Formats: sequence, C-alpha cells, structure tokens
Amino acid sequence: MDLDTLDLSRLQFAVTALYHFLFVPLTLGLSVLLAVMETVYVMTGRIIWRQMTKFWGALFGINFVVGVATGIVMEFQFGMNWSYYSHYVGDIFGAPLAIEGLMAFFLEATFVGLFFFGWDKLSKVGHLITTWAVAIGSNFSALWILIANGWMQNPVGSAFNPQTMRMEITDFFAVVTNPVAQAKFVHTVSAGYVTASIFVLGVSAWYLLKGRHVELAKRSMTVAASFGLAASLSVVVLGDESGYLTTEHQKMKIAAMEAMWETEPAPAAFTLFGFPSEKDRETHFAVRVPWMLGLIATRSLNTQIPGINELVTHAEGRIRNGIIAFDALQQIRAAGSDAKIPPAARQAFEDNGRDLGYALLLKRYLDDPRKASDADIRRAARDTVPNVPTLFWSFRFMVGLGFFFIAFTATFFLLSARRLLDRYRPLLWLAVFAIPLPWIAAELGWVVAEVGRQPWSIEGVLPTAAAVSSLGAATVLTTLAGFVVIYTVLLGVEMALMLRAIRKGPEPDDAPETNLVPSSLVAAE
Amino acid sequence: MILNTLIDYDTLRVIWWLLLGVLLIGFAIMDGFDLGSGILLPFVAKTDLERRVVINAVGPVWEGNQVWLILGGGAIFAAWPPLYAVSFSGFYLAMFAILFALILRPVGFKYRSKRDSAAWRSAWDWALFVGGLVPALVMGVAVGNVLQGVAFHLNDDLRIFYDGTTLFELLNPFGLLCGLLSVAMLTMHGAGWLLLKTEGAVAARARTIGSVAALVTLALFVLGGVWLFLGVNGYRIVGTIATDGPSNPLAKAVEIAPRAWFTNYAAHPWMLAGPALGLAGALASLAFLRARVEIGALLSSALAIFGIISTVGLSMFPFILPSSIDPRSSLTVWDASSSHLTLFVMLVATVIFVPIIIAYTTWVYHVLWGKVDARSIADGNGHAY
Repeated sequence: MDLDTLDLSRLQFAVTALYHFLFVPLTLGLSVLLAVMETVYVMTGRIIWRQMTKFWGALFGINFVVGVATGIVMEFQFGMNWSYYSHYVGDIFGAPLAIEGLMAFFLEATFVGLFFFGWDKLSKVGHLITTWAVAIGSNFSALWILIANGWMQNPVGSAFNPQTMRMEITDFFAVVTNPVAQAKFVHTVSAGYVTASIFVLGVSAWYLLKGRHVELAKRSMTVAASFGLAASLSVVVLGDESGYLTTEHQKMKIAAMEAMWETEPAPAAFTLFGFPSEKDRETHFAVRVPWMLGLIATRSLNTQIPGINELVTHAEGRIRNGIIAFDALQQIRAAGSDAKIPPAARQAFEDNGRDLGYALLLKRYLDDPRKASDADIRRAARDTVPNVPTLFWSFRFMVGLGFFFIAFTATFFLLSARRLLDRYRPLLWLAVFAIPLPWIAAELGWVVAEVGRQPWSIEGVLPTAAAVSSLGAATVLTTLAGFVVIYTVLLGVEMALMLRAIRKGPEPDDAPETNLVPSSLVAAE
Repeated sequence: MILNTLIDYDTLRVIWWLLLGVLLIGFAIMDGFDLGSGILLPFVAKTDLERRVVINAVGPVWEGNQVWLILGGGAIFAAWPPLYAVSFSGFYLAMFAILFALILRPVGFKYRSKRDSAAWRSAWDWALFVGGLVPALVMGVAVGNVLQGVAFHLNDDLRIFYDGTTLFELLNPFGLLCGLLSVAMLTMHGAGWLLLKTEGAVAARARTIGSVAALVTLALFVLGGVWLFLGVNGYRIVGTIATDGPSNPLAKAVEIAPRAWFTNYAAHPWMLAGPALGLAGALASLAFLRARVEIGALLSSALAIFGIISTVGLSMFPFILPSSIDPRSSLTVWDASSSHLTLFVMLVATVIFVPIIIAYTTWVYHVLWGKVDARSIADGNGHAY
C-alpha cells in the first residue's frame, strides 16, 4: 500500500459518491411530491392532478434509474477499495446497509415498476398506495444509510475485540439512535425535498414563461413552493451542526469550517468572510460577527468552542494514550489464552483502549507506533486537522444557498397564495436559473461532512490511510477512469433526456373525471 | 443485550450460511431471468417491436429483482465481513466488470425507447445484452475460482494481501467452464420467463434456444462435477476448530487434498439432493420447454438453479472462501462471521422483513400477471419501455 493507492481510492470514492448524490436528492424529494400530487388526485378526482403525477413521474423515472445504477457501486466498493475498513468495522457498519436493503430498497424498487406500469392495472387507491410505497421506501433508505454514515462520524455502541482484531457491536440500539445520524437524516432528507421543490418550481416557471401547460405549471408551483419553504426552513434550522459538538472530531470539523485557530471566550464570533491559511495558521482579512458562532453551534452563550490549535494539542495526548493501548494490545495478543494476559496489560488496554485508533494515525509514518518520536507524534496530531480552506468555503457557500432557498421559496409561496405566480417574469427566469443551485448545495454538504471527517474513516477508530485495500495504484486508476467515463456519459444522456421530456411537456389526459369524494365536498378551484 | 444468547453462536453461523445461500439463489432465480432475457434479446427478438416486447416482459420487475444483488452485498457485509472484504477486493477487476455491466442495464431498460433513432436503440440493445451476459459469466467464473481457492493471505492484523491474481488468471479452464455453466443456466431460465410472458415468434425462438441452453446446462454441470472429482483439489480443516470461537481465521490449520470437496457427500448422503435437483431441474426444464408447459419450464429452471448453487455450497461446507497460497487464511463458517450479537440482530431483521417482502412482491407479480401485449406497446399505451 502506498500513498498513490490511497489517494486514488479516496478520489474514486468521492467521484462515485458525488455522482450518486446528484441523483439521490431529486429521487428523495420528487417521490414525496408525486405522492402528494396523486393524493390530491385521488381525493378530488381532478384529472389534471393525475396528469401532473404522470408528467413529474416521467422525469422522476429518468432520474431514478441513474440513481439506481450509480447506487450499485456504492454497495460493493467498501469491500473493493476499503477492505481493511470492511474487516475492521463490518460487524457494525454492515448491519444498517443490509437493513436498508431489506426495509427500503425492496419496497422502493418493487413498487417503482408498478408505478409506471400499473396505471391501467390498478384501482386509484391501489396506485396511490404504490406511489406512497416508493416515497416511503426511498426515504427509509436515506435513514439507514445515514445511520451507517452517522456511525462513521460518531462510533457509538461498539468496542474493539483483540481476538478478532476488529470493532464489534455492543449496543445496536445506540447505533440506531445515534444523535449524529438522526441530525443527518433530517438534514439530508430536507435537502432532498428542497432539491425537488426547486426543480419543480424551475421547470414550471419555464412553462409559464412560454405560456404552455399553464394550469399544470401553476398547480405544481403551489405544491412545490409550500413544500419547499417548509423543507428549506428545516434544512437550515435543523442543520446537522446540531450533532457537531458530540465528539472530539466533530469539534475539529466545526473549528475547521470556521477556520477558528484559537479557542475564544464564549460565545465565539462567526467569521463571515476571510482567507484561511493553513501555512500561517490564521485567517487573513477576516470579517467577524461577534457571538454568532457560539449561538449557532452551541445554542447557548456560555459553552466554549475549542479552536484548532487546542484540539491538536489534545490529539497529541490521545496519540500518546493510543500508543499505550497499542502496546497493551500486542501483549494481550501475544499471551495466547485469556488466563495468560498480564494484568497490567489488561488494565492498560481498558484505560486507553478508546484511543487505540489514534496510535494508528502513526502508521503513515512508521510501522510500529511504539517507536514513534515526539516529532512523529506532533506530525500525526497535526494530521487531525482537515483541509481548512475547503471546509471554510464549502460551508459558507452551502449556508448562503440555504438562506437563499428560504427567501426564494417564501417568495413563490406568497405569490401563489395571492394568485400572482405568472405576474413577475424576472422572478420566473430566476426560478429557471436557480435549478442547479440545490445540487451545488448538496454536493458541498457532502464535502463538508466527509472531507471534514478526514483523516478518519471512522472517527477516532480507524484512519483512512489504514482502511484502504492493498491494491496496485494502476488497478485503481483503471477503475477510476472507467467510472468517470461511464458516469459522465450517463449524466449527459440523463440531462439530455430530461430536457427532451420537459420540452415535450405532459401527455394530454382526456379521461372523464370520476370523483371519489362527492363534488360538494371539494372546494372550487 | 442478553437476548442474543437465545440462539447459540454456532447455530446462528449455520443459519447465516443458509441465508447466504438463500440470498445467492434468490438473486440467481429472481434477477436471473432478467439477465437471461438480456442475453436472449438479440437472438429471440429481431424487429424493434419484438425487442420492446422482450424488454417490457422484464421492464416492470427488474428493479425489484436487482435488489437481491444489493441485499446480497449488504448481508454479506453484515454477516460475513471477512468474506465481503476478501472477495470484492480480491476479485477487484472482475467485480468492476460486473458493476460496469450492471450500471448499463437499468439505464438501458429505461432509456432505450425514449428516442426513435435506430442507432440509439441498437446501442442500448447492446448494453442490455452485455448487461446480462457479463454478470452471468463473471459470477460463474468467480465461483469456479472460489472452488479452486483464491490467492490471498491474511497477516497478523488480519489485513488482506493478494498474490497478484490478474483478471486473465481468473479465466482458467475450470473457471471458464463454471462461467459458461452460469450463462447457460440463466439463459435457460430467461427462456422460461419469455415463454411465459410472450407470444408468437419471440416465444418460439425462446423455446428453441432455451432447450439448447438446458442441454448445455446439463452437460456442463456433469462435466464440472467430473472435473472437480478428478482435477480440482479441495480443502479440509485439520484437527478441531471451535465452532463458536472468535472470528479469526488464523487460529486453524487447513490442508489441500484431492477430492476433499466430496467428503461431505460421503458423510451426509442426503446432501446428494443438491446435485440431484440440479440435474432434475434442468431435465424438467427441457421437457417443459418442449411441451410448452410455460410455468412448468420457469419453475424447473428455478429448481435447477437452486440445485446447482446448493451443490457448490454443500461441497465446500464449512469453507466459504479457501486460500490457495495460505490455506489457514481460508474463510470458513466458523471463523469468518460477524459477532454473535450482530448475527442475532440481523436474523431478527430478516424474520421481520422477509415475509413482508414476499407478500408485496407476490402482490406485484399478481397484478402484472399475463402476456405482454405487443399491440399496446405499438400504440404507445401503458407507459411501456
């Protein structure tokens, strides 16, 4: 294993995850919007709502398959490129992935075929159940994958087993109810809803600008604006910083996001703008808003947020503890049987075992962490700082977009309430050009969360450098190139087919209306 | 949690070995007819309408079927982490080939009929053919190599190393034979599905090709058995192994011996049911295809798949991934599982969800029952692919 294989494997994971995440948010949000639209159709019997469900459903389908295709890779590449990771934490990490398949993928994938093929084969209610099953299935899958991801950020409910040389589960309930996972779930799913809402708003705005399918477009915008406003408020208010103070490295992540080098007295200031320099370890030209960060991150005025330098010093201490744990582990394993383990080693492992992962940070520099010099330890401790400028800027653009989405969806919500949706053409054009923005925000969110996790693959437990498979760099480069080519082609084809379907517009639907709910109970539109 | 001690660790390991079989067989039966239909596509369907009939025969169900593969990946990760780690990194480029093909397939189904251009459609027909053939072939080749042992070893930290096995070394004669058996088996199964779902020329060609595939399946399965007996060494554990011990493969001793893959049958003759069902299923599939008993052909080819894959598992038990260069690194049922608690939790999840999955899958197939209607495809009704 050399650095090249590591870098290439990381790049491949980032590429496959980021491409996959181009398709997932729209699937998450649009599936729910389809279910809402079809519910209105079933309750009112108005054909236009079925027409809307079918039209947005066709776009959903074009997007959905690429999400499925790129998702297949995600399920297997842990084993392919991260085999030591798979061995080391599969006992815990594999379970949510398997449950995701059992609980979510089967539901979503079995019913999605029926969604498209079942219009003439099912009763109205039967088809509505099908659509909701797709929506619930895709949202459940987000829950379980984020339980898995949350555990990487905050590895609760598990312990290292010296006999099997891996982490093993001790409390499954703790893994499922991990606060970091819960915060991530709400944040990510809401982001998906925002994505779908802005997509629907943008496409509908284009129809209004062209004077086509006006009735369908207005109704779609009304649904999307209200759904999108609620979701964009949820993304920002329930942002996943709520989980950021639970662990050491999450604190590091927030300090790096803020480029906060030194610990400040509470409540800390928020750096609105600046140029963080990793070399000088300070942020040049910083424009700072007093108190803001303390309020955002801790929801209090007196909780102190540690700065990067303090956290690095702290990491040094944990590395030293980790070396003690590593040494004790070697004695425990050399003992052979349980009875022969020296009591001192047992005690040392019990006291310091939770820092074992910190000793593995040294493996980048030398094979045996016990031989590390002070300089090695300082170097490894500095490695615990993720890339500060990347986090600083990604976070700022993401949050800026988040606030824009609130204002944007609120505007359309008001326009819709006052029946003025087609009044202001510049706003409609803005909606068209805003379509890519939620995708940019979602990708930046992934960067903040996962680049911010570095140098860990599992925080405090397994460094990324130790997790990688012992493959040749050329082999990984081959597959990386292959994935980039096929994904880029698919993305191009997907976008072309989307545009084509949008230009073509909804299919006419002249079927007579049959109301489930008596027309006396339906408000006139 | 105390609950997990309700079932012994070694019992749970056997249950999960059975469930591993259920998953692989489930995948081969459910997604197998999709893959087989993809392989058959260029041969049974000549005109564009015929091709659309074939694609629509699997169109509504392939997504659900493919989840068997995804679940297989997840369940191996959860229940057999060392197997997940060693097999997918060891067969790295082979795995890439499978993934590449499987990426093309979903998109092919969905996108092919979105445009009228002949070049566009023909390109996606190729994608669907490759998307069926490559996974079937490579998975079979992989099983053939697993039976011979894979060149990996574990160090003391249980880190995995490979002895430079290239993609082309996997394509050794026995591996290729298993690959071809896999292709023939899924082609036979796909033909059964197309006979059930289509009419006229497509169904007639599917019958003809399916019958040949059934014969080839029979011949290759028998040939593979003879070859395994005469020319492929098996593995066996030397001395005792703690069946409820910690999952650390390095604690045991293993030797390579001729015909070791046949010792289970001598000790437990009931296991011969595996190969017997494989043969009987393929024979019955041939007979039903000839006699135009549609559902009979499909069920028999499913039975053949069950028998053939079971034969591999039963022959190797308790091995799941033997190492040819360092036999004690071999992964077995007794030392390559998850912890007691994880196996238990996953079993609870399986017991809860699998009946629900079976219930709604059955309902969906019930709703979609019947032949694909070529006229409605030609009219563009029913959101056909």
